Amino acid sequence: MKDAPFTILSNAPLTNAVYELTLAGDTAGIVPGQFVNVRLPGFYLRRPISVCDRSPGRLTLVYKVVGAGTDALAKRVPGETLDLLTPLGNGYDLTKAGQRPLLVGGGVGVPPLYLLAKELISAGKAVRVVLGFNTKAEVFYEDRFLALGCEVTVATADGSYGVKGFVTDALPENYTYFYACGPVPMLKALCEKMKTEGELSLEERMGCGFGACMGCTHQTKSGPKRVCKEGPVFRKEELLWT
Amino acid sequence: MDVTDTRVTLCGVELDNPVIPASGCFGYGYEFAAYYDINVLGTFSFKGTTREPRFGNPTPRIAETPSGMLNAVGLQNPGVEKVIAEELPKLAEVFHKPVMANVSGFSVDEYVDVCRALDAEPQVGWLEVNVSCPNVHGGGMSFGTDPAMAAKVTEAVKREVKKPVIVKLSPNVTDIVAVAKAVEAAGADGVSLINTLLGMRIDLRSRRPVLANVTGGLSGPAVFPVAVRMVYQVAHAVKIPVVGMGGVSSAENVLEMLMAGASAVEVGAANHVDPFACKKIIETLPDAMRRYGVSRLSDL
Repeated sequence: MKDAPFTILSNAPLTNAVYELTLAGDTAGIVPGQFVNVRLPGFYLRRPISVCDRSPGRLTLVYKVVGAGTDALAKRVPGETLDLLTPLGNGYDLTKAGQRPLLVGGGVGVPPLYLLAKELISAGKAVRVVLGFNTKAEVFYEDRFLALGCEVTVATADGSYGVKGFVTDALPENYTYFYACGPVPMLKALCEKMKTEGELSLEERMGCGFGACMGCTHQTKSGPKRVCKEGPVFRKEELLWT
Repeated sequence: MDVTDTRVTLCGVELDNPVIPASGCFGYGYEFAAYYDINVLGTFSFKGTTREPRFGNPTPRIAETPSGMLNAVGLQNPGVEKVIAEELPKLAEVFHKPVMANVSGFSVDEYVDVCRALDAEPQVGWLEVNVSCPNVHGGGMSFGTDPAMAAKVTEAVKREVKKPVIVKLSPNVTDIVAVAKAVEAAGADGVSLINTLLGMRIDLRSRRPVLANVTGGLSGPAVFPVAVRMVYQVAHAVKIPVVGMGGVSSAENVLEMLMAGASAVEVGAANHVDPFACKKIIETLPDAMRRYGVSRLSDL
């Protein structure tokens, strides 16, 4: 982990509330499923945001404006710098994918699956993606996954786009392993339905983001785990649902 | 002559500098050792340890506040047996100074048992007895808000251990001086203050408390002036050393705490927003000393 300055290249809305932020800086060592912790002037705690994409010297974060902090982030403009702790957490295990991995994302849980899909495609896998949103106006990144060469299904809760219903209503029959990120009710429902093993990325309010404060602990079958340190990605078999 | 001497003495043990990461903000140390050489620290106070393993409170445990944060972790720790068997050996590989062992409990007996076990560990230099955790029920702060109870814990622990006992005090009292004097009279070798201030936030959309525990402890720069005031009051009322803490974030804050009467200074929440906070404070301390005409910290 390092504390590094990043320069904003672009910061533009993808939907009404979801923004895509591209940054120039040191992206060495970041793997799919990891996150960065962003310091914002005027806010005491950093904001943990999953990595959507990275290439040498270039980082993409996709975030949703949900409060004062992310609202302030949305107002930052190209040329400004942001202080990031990077890379943080344990990412997805790509070696488990098999030939036909399934990626399932809900809402602002979609972004970390993009870098994962990109790496799985370059490893020669046939990647199937199911994305869930509330409504058509909230859909983002379908085109990006298609451009990577993934087979993509979109589900909307109100049926205004794609399959009507939740991601669990749009799951394919055949897949070798699954990777997911999204709201807890979605992850829980998904785990009940999935036939294979898989991995899920959890979200939690964090203090530090690097394992010091014990603020984000979840109970698992193998004891208490920090979402920021042992996670955010956990194996399906390890999770306890209450 | 341009010489700065950052050494201080805490209960008879010399520290290279007064900077001590506070309990609950630095784990058992070895994780920070992956980021920098933690031997630059004066020492550090490890995660509050109880007799049994504790999961702590449900999440969310953290809420942001202006210039600070609320936490309601609730003393998550693996229990003293595992701390001695697993955490201390890992720490020994990366930290070669005496460490401060932070102890919590839900009964006088528990405080005594955990202190006795940690007192026997050669790595431990001081026992910091936390009678001030605001996030557990039936323990922690309930011992520290009553001078008689705080004295009872202190006396019972002192009878069983050889190493210096520093009692960590709660600011959630009308008169912190009364508690400090009570534990001094009961034999405490030092006091550390302040633990977090009890606080609460409500989410406007859900109209419910942000923290699952409803209340939590406030820390960060917001509490620094309160901490300086309490350290000043206590330091002028007791003869034992005072460890000052509460919102310390810079070398200047360290000097201010020492000027208030502290012998050493703990740094808490600052480690959460900047994992290198203590390293930076130590590196900038000599320059801050020169700017304010301090050649030896022990003179303050």
